[in-house]
Amino acid sequence: MSYAAVHDDVHHDHKPTGIGRWLFSTNHKDIGTMYMVFALIMFFIGGAMAMVIRLELFQPGLQFVDPQFFNSMTTVHALVMIFGAVMPAGVGLANWMIPMMIGAPDMAFPRMNNMSFWILPFAFALLLSTFFMQGGAPAGGWTMYPPLVLQLGDGLPFLIFAVHFLGISSIMGAINIIATVFNMRAPGMTFMRLPLFVWTWIITAFLLIAAMPVLAGAVTMLLTDKYFGTAFFDAAGGGDPVLFQHVFWFFGHPEVYILVLPSFGIISQIIPTFARKPLFGYASMVYATASIAFLSFFVWAHHMFTAGMPLAGELFFMYATMAIAVPTGVKVFNWTATMWRGSMTFETPMLFSIGVLFMFTLGGFTGLMMGITPVDFQYHDTYFIVAHFHYVLVPGIVFGIIAGVYYWLPKWTGYMYDETLGKWHFWLSTISVNVLFFPMHFLGLAGMPRRIPDYNTQFTDWNQIISIGGLAFGLSQLILVWVVIKCVRGGEKATDQVWEGAHGLEFTLPSPPPFHSFTTPPKVTEAMAHS
Amino acid sequence: MSVDKLKKAMCGVLAVALYLASGTVFAALTDMPLNLTRGVTETSQRVYDLHMIILYIVTVIGIIVFGVMCWSIFHHRKSKGAVAAQFHHSTTAEIIWTIIPIIILVAMAVPATKTLVFMEQTSDAEMTLKVTGYQWKWRYDYLEEGVTIWSALHEDSNKARQRDPSIDPETVENYLLEVDNPIVLPVDTKIRILTTADDVIHAWWVPALGWKRDAIPGFITDNWTNIKEPGIYRGQCAELCGRDHAFMPIVVHAVPKAEYVAWIETQKAEQAASAASANKTFTKDELMRKGEQIYTTQCAACHQAEGQGIEGVFPSLVGGAIATGPAADHIDIVLNGKNLMPAFKEQLNDAELAAVITFERNKWGNYEKITAKGHADVVQPADVKATR
Amino acid sequence: MSDSHGTYFIPEPSRWPLVGSLALFISFIGGGMMLNGSGFGTFILGLGIGAVIYMFCGWFADVIGESLAGNYNKQVDISFRWGMSWFIFSEVMFFAAFFGALFYIRVFSVPWLGGEGSGFTTNAFLWPDFKAVWPLLMTPDMTLLDDKGLPLASSFVPIKGIIPAFDIPAINTAILLASGATVTFAHWALQKDNRAGLCWWLAATVLLGFIFVYFQIAEYAHAYHDLDLTMNSGVYGSTFFMLTGFHGFHVTMGAMMLLVILIRAMKGHFSRQDHFAFEGVAWYWHFVDVVWLGLFVFVYWL
Ligand code: HEA
Ligand code: HEA
Ligand code: HEC
Ligand code: CUA
Ligand SMILES: [Cu+2]
Repeated sequence: MSYAAVHDDVHHDHKPTGIGRWLFSTNHKDIGTMYMVFALIMFFIGGAMAMVIRLELFQPGLQFVDPQFFNSMTTVHALVMIFGAVMPAGVGLANWMIPMMIGAPDMAFPRMNNMSFWILPFAFALLLSTFFMQGGAPAGGWTMYPPLVLQLGDGLPFLIFAVHFLGISSIMGAINIIATVFNMRAPGMTFMRLPLFVWTWIITAFLLIAAMPVLAGAVTMLLTDKYFGTAFFDAAGGGDPVLFQHVFWFFGHPEVYILVLPSFGIISQIIPTFARKPLFGYASMVYATASIAFLSFFVWAHHMFTAGMPLAGELFFMYATMAIAVPTGVKVFNWTATMWRGSMTFETPMLFSIGVLFMFTLGGFTGLMMGITPVDFQYHDTYFIVAHFHYVLVPGIVFGIIAGVYYWLPKWTGYMYDETLGKWHFWLSTISVNVLFFPMHFLGLAGMPRRIPDYNTQFTDWNQIISIGGLAFGLSQLILVWVVIKCVRGGEKATDQVWEGAHGLEFTLPSPPPFHSFTTPPKVTEAMAHS
Repeated sequence: MSVDKLKKAMCGVLAVALYLASGTVFAALTDMPLNLTRGVTETSQRVYDLHMIILYIVTVIGIIVFGVMCWSIFHHRKSKGAVAAQFHHSTTAEIIWTIIPIIILVAMAVPATKTLVFMEQTSDAEMTLKVTGYQWKWRYDYLEEGVTIWSALHEDSNKARQRDPSIDPETVENYLLEVDNPIVLPVDTKIRILTTADDVIHAWWVPALGWKRDAIPGFITDNWTNIKEPGIYRGQCAELCGRDHAFMPIVVHAVPKAEYVAWIETQKAEQAASAASANKTFTKDELMRKGEQIYTTQCAACHQAEGQGIEGVFPSLVGGAIATGPAADHIDIVLNGKNLMPAFKEQLNDAELAAVITFERNKWGNYEKITAKGHADVVQPADVKATR
Repeated sequence: MSDSHGTYFIPEPSRWPLVGSLALFISFIGGGMMLNGSGFGTFILGLGIGAVIYMFCGWFADVIGESLAGNYNKQVDISFRWGMSWFIFSEVMFFAAFFGALFYIRVFSVPWLGGEGSGFTTNAFLWPDFKAVWPLLMTPDMTLLDDKGLPLASSFVPIKGIIPAFDIPAINTAILLASGATVTFAHWALQKDNRAGLCWWLAATVLLGFIFVYFQIAEYAHAYHDLDLTMNSGVYGSTFFMLTGFHGFHVTMGAMMLLVILIRAMKGHFSRQDHFAFEGVAWYWHFVDVVWLGLFVFVYWL
């Protein structure tokens, strides 16, 4: 039965009209939509930059861009993808789904929610404007290591302020999510009945609140080193360039779990639905996620093995890094066990989730290899690293987000998307993403460093294959855009439950759901919990 | 388990193995580079073995995990009439798949720790090489011998890597992996290598030696090597260090000890000769010829071949205020650097500096402007020495 | 969970979030231009900060209005509590970055430069005459000599002296601790419906806050004019001004927030049961207080 049907009060469902509906919104669904659209645009901008990278790397020699501009491309590609595409997509899904999943009318702080969003376009305006400045856009890598980054021209303060700005947005978003989940759950929605997507987001929010301010501190020190004569990262004054790396990665490693945990949450919703079987090991999933988050604060220096830490440090960070494989393994095994003896069907969201399962695990394996300090001395700063993190980031996270979009799209729009196109999207993406990223392992092992616009001729063949894979993967994403537009405009009506095996409060609301999700909270029982 | 099922399971596992292996096979057939080098030092070989062990372990885990996933994907599907079981946890299973990975990880950690401890023993080295990274070249000091070598991208590679190259990169042997002055190291000698940098962070990496180390300005990081086989080993800077990060390779010639000793002696003799040249006076022609050479190798990377620079980043020297101003200012900026302009006082001797400065002051129509303003057009080593 | 579900207050669309983002955007543009040496940037920064203040006034006016109109039930109040707590936690992490930097510099980088532990070669080859001491009065580059044995130009200014802990800093510690007490007395007064007590104790807190800031400014002036202790005197000055500077900024903000609370209290806002704005600001004040204790111990004293 549908709770919303009972409580759907037309009077409450009036929507603000005109452009003000979006500019001044206090509605979690509208804000969620804006986040998703913004993320998609940024994904294309970041993707276009990746295409420039791949174009230049198609052949040895410099054909198209200046090396400095190439470095700007890698740097801004990464910043745009991470802070502009993946994080906002995660927050967008959280905005749309969390209130519906926990039976709340909206987010705890609807106005602040809107500000979290509107900061993003402005922050990226700041960042992208550096392309037109004296000295060009940031070109010191997304990791912004000094002293190199301090050689940037007029763009430096804008880079730093953009990072501050994004930090403010993320912290406000995280506070909002925590307050919402802690305080606005429907009666009976105890913590151990929360859908896993909500759980992963609470933990992500903790990570955000703990990590983003540290990044803000790190870049603030860059700013004062450059403009106010401080010496944090200058040995001549008693500081240490490596100090920045410690502070940055104290943020940076938790950051990668900030990116990936929501994706874990999404596939934990989807796999049980299409296996028609409850999620295996719900409690251990929660504890594993929490352990991953906790451990993520103690492994940061695995990015700095070659910086020359004392032996004890290298050993500690090696062991801690290896330890993360255990809770992550628990998650992988639990997903597998969920599929085991299920009754599976393979609609697009399930296909993408299975893609995550396989290819994230692959990326995790290479991560583990890099965690072994002495071997990382060889891997570090080669394409092996690039292969690792793209496997976890693209088929590990972007696929997860895409899976979530397909899964909830009928709920959002009220129409089913085009399943045939969805399947095409999956297969083309999966094949091309492997052509794109798998050969990078070989290049890295054979000794091709990362962040270079030009390379020795022995690397040509693989690079050409990679570039072709990249173009194919990029073009395949146009299908997604087409599917979404088509679905928004109409199609077969979606039922409230949408999927045969779906559980959870969001599927008790009509498709599309009313403007204010649950004006009267539903009562949640044990039987309804745990999809 | 029926035979039929077993067959299908094996198909699944095979598919995964194929997926992993296909790239390998393809590459092997086409001679494309694939794997880590075994290298030529004890360290690199230990590291290689460690790499292969972990690779095998994760491959086996992968085949098992992916195999199970594939099995259920193929068999537990609704279209085959599978009915969903409703179990949703098993403490035993969860304990098992927590414990087994822990055991595997501990097993991996043991050899890893041993290798790491082995690599950290920098003491009782027979000689010391200090490596300093500059944007974008390397300086090598043989500390016991007092010999210094500057090593930058080889001229052919440098020409081929321009936007409109005068040489096709495909035709350059060891493109981007060749330097003007390779360093020479003896085999069977424990060599301590101290890395540091002058401007930004670089990283010194020769894969065949089995490790890399960041070169951090203001700090020295420590490592060692002991090369087993004579040969030429190439590497690259492995930490983003600005515009020309891709263009600062490393070439090590490992030779028998006797050959190394002979080489060091010639280096010492050359350095003495070049120091003596600093007290000579040269003709303008001599200075221009030498200056052109130095300009192409040292300055053209930034100020470009025709002195035009790069708008907004590297100033043009064509008619530039300093290049056509008083000689003293010109000498000063090249000696001491300014912002992104590196200081050359350590890298070039007085004669070389005089040559390159004279070259700049007389090329690109600068001569006319200088003489019109009444500044000196020729700079002699003595002038540079006076400013130092 | 509260029983007042279903009446959670969802505000109408509001322009403040957009105004706020825009205001910050303008401030950042202005700040960036200013740092790049454009005088016009300073003007834009001023404009942006003005807009931020306008946004705060407008936004909080709305919130206060809604609060007085009784829109906020118990559940909304709890949201505010969670929100404020986690906001303060994020501030804690912000300071943690700088404390972390301080510890790293004191425990690792300065001793390494001085030749301890794995820094032996660093010291021997790069900074042979540098000795690690804390406070670091002479930076490593001040100990470098040229070929003729003369000191090379340093990019930093040597420090003539440091600020002793048991002087103004100790007084400031006392002041902040006292202010922590007075704000608690104000809270007790509020809980007893003692409006006059509330106002007086609050006023005392605000006053102590501003006295603290005044002393801090005097101390900075002393450091700059008499001790040559500046942001540019190497890593001691860097950590000193970064930590005390951000703390001083937070005290100033906290004191202004307390001032707003005082004005509201004088206008008769807040009741015995319902005064989260007061409590939130008080938490913030205590947080600033605790950070100061850390500063006093690790920056001034040890
Ligand atoms: C979402 C992003 C994400 C995720 C999830 C991860 C996950 C992991 N990463 Fe990765 N990483 C990045 C993003 C990510 N990483 C990025 C962006 C960089 C580069 C940054 C830069 O320099 O620009 C990077 C770099 C990076 C490095 C630095 C390399 C270098 O620069 O030299 C290291 C080193 O240890 C590392 C390790 C790991 C490990 C051990 C995991 C683990 O969490 C993986 C755990 C998962 C598994 C192991 C698979 C599943 C487990 C099982 C099936 C159980 C059984 C398995 C065993 C017992 C083996 N990563
Ligand atoms: C979530 C993060 C994320 C994502 C999604 C991606 C996606 C991609 N990345 Fe990237 N990448 C990073 C994070 C990410 N990356 C990071 C952190 C770095 C390190 C940076 C550093 O070193 O500092 C990096 C670095 C990096 C490099 C190494 C650069 C170097 O070291 O020199 C390369 C090289 O191939 C690359 C390629 C790609 C490609 C081809 C994609 C593809 O998946 C992109 C797919 C393409 C599209 C989505 C475009 C779609 C549209 C079209 C094709 C239509 C045509 C339109 C136009 C051309 C306008 N990335
Ligand atoms: C790393 C890049 C780089 C290299 C290599 C380099 N320069 Fe420069 N040079 C610069 C930059 C940047 C400036 C501008 C410095 C400033 O004013 O901030 C500059 C400025 C100059 C100027 C002053 C130009 C003017 O009119 O302001 C001269 C002369 C000069 N360089 C000569 C040389 C010579 C001679 C060499 C080689 C021996 C050389 N440069 C190598 C980057 C470089
Ligand atoms: Cu030097 Cu990269
Ligand atoms: Cu990491």
